[in-house]
Amino acid sequence: MSNERRFYRHRLWVRVTHWINVICMTGLLMSGLQIFNAHPALYWGRAAAFDNPFFAIGTIQDAQGRVEGVTTIGGHSIDTSGVLGLSGDPRDPGSARGFPAWATLPSDLWLAMGRRWHFFFAWIFVINGLVYGISSIIGRHLRRDLVPMPQELGHIPQSIGAHLRLRFPKGEEAKHYNVIQKLTYLIVAFLLGPVMVLAGLAMSPRLDASYPILLDIFGGRQSARTIHFIIAFAFLAFVVIHLVMVLVSGVWNNLRSMITGWYDIGEDHEQA
Amino acid sequence: MSKPDVPAPAHWARRSFLARTLGSAALLPLAGCDQLSKSDWFVAILDRAETLTRTVQRAVTGKNALAPEYKEADLSKLFRANGTTDPEDSAYQALAKAGFRDWRLEIGGLVEHPATLSLAELRALPSRTQITRHDCVEGWSCIGKWKGVPLGAVLDRARPKPEARYVMFYCADPMEQTLDGSDSRYYESIDLAGAYHPQTILAYEMNDAALPTAYGAPLRLRDERQLGYKMAKYIMRIELVESFANIRGGKGGYWEDQGYEWYAGI
Repeated sequence: MSNERRFYRHRLWVRVTHWINVICMTGLLMSGLQIFNAHPALYWGRAAAFDNPFFAIGTIQDAQGRVEGVTTIGGHSIDTSGVLGLSGDPRDPGSARGFPAWATLPSDLWLAMGRRWHFFFAWIFVINGLVYGISSIIGRHLRRDLVPMPQELGHIPQSIGAHLRLRFPKGEEAKHYNVIQKLTYLIVAFLLGPVMVLAGLAMSPRLDASYPILLDIFGGRQSARTIHFIIAFAFLAFVVIHLVMVLVSGVWNNLRSMITGWYDIGEDHEQA
Repeated sequence: MSKPDVPAPAHWARRSFLARTLGSAALLPLAGCDQLSKSDWFVAILDRAETLTRTVQRAVTGKNALAPEYKEADLSKLFRANGTTDPEDSAYQALAKAGFRDWRLEIGGLVEHPATLSLAELRALPSRTQITRHDCVEGWSCIGKWKGVPLGAVLDRARPKPEARYVMFYCADPMEQTLDGSDSRYYESIDLAGAYHPQTILAYEMNDAALPTAYGAPLRLRDERQLGYKMAKYIMRIELVESFANIRGGKGGYWEDQGYEWYAGI
């Protein structure tokens, strides 16, 4: 690889906070699903309307007496046996639980331990996020790399098309994020992240007493819990797409740049 | 659905072997986390986050900030009754049958004037009524109306000694059958700052009626800035202590002894 093709893409603090975040988000999602399993239903508003959940995972018995796992969303029910509602582990092939054992931390139904893991990772997630956010502002990562220039906003349709056709830029163009990347990272890190934390804090009765605005922002504690859950899955969707993009746009090159900082921008032959 | 009895191509077996190996590799960290969850040293590390939560929450919240209070229209149509809903205890059942006429709240421990109070005496004290949200550790919330006597006023009558730090609540409901006959009845504890919070009341009414059995008759704690399990139901005795390290499991409450946080602020 010639030297001019190598480009120092990610600074040390971006790399370190990225990987800490990978661990935190995995732990938070899985321990969060454990906590959700303690009451696998979501509501809107201040309190829980048990007979009218917005989303619920449970079990029902069919006419033959067989137990089925059922997921209900907005009044529509689907049989989700095997994954949601009813799922197995080697000891018990059909236990009633919201999310399956392989998705929760710890794997057994154990709310107290799930909460310990969750708040442990939550603190690291928040501190790590603050380091990233403050460094982004001071180190100009935010202004230089993430906030799109006004003229870039016109390129959004083209950029979406390029992503869908899995065409990735090389050469000079590969030295900066495209407009879709910029907007996505900006929304995930600077909007969804903070909203996620605030929705979590809104579930604290102690903080609600001192900062009732937390409840006003989300429209009540149960709404905050539902939004917390929805953002968790928005994060998951982001991670899935992010991983696909990493895989199809050169997995080793991407991994190397997020570990060592150095990215191979390749030959500039894609330029028209 | 039946499968045709044809041997699968060899590469299928290889593929499923690969899938299983990758699957197991993916589950290894999970099994590791399950092991960590059962080790004392690692749980001690996780618990540092809990100390941090308690310290920071106390630092950023006022001592007497009031929990949000709601309107009659906000009352939950169905207020879930969690934990014990009818104590399996013959002494309690006898008291309940007699409308709690013979029930007495005992207040003792580190106080100058140990006291016993009947329900009528508690009702005669100044009361507070509040419509508040009950947050269960499981995640749900319900809104209820509570009337009771501020715990601080009751404690003032008993005059806590200077060394008293925690208020213990001993309840009537056994939580499990124990083989050795040891006490499994519900108990809880809060600190004195929480006990003197204006919304911390010993409630004898719920939604304008005498406290129903499922919700802790004749007397339960309302402590509006903590999770539901802190709010002991079926209270029989209140005791002021300097430390709860030598009481039952040593963690300050029935659920705390099972691994739940004593602070319960989030």
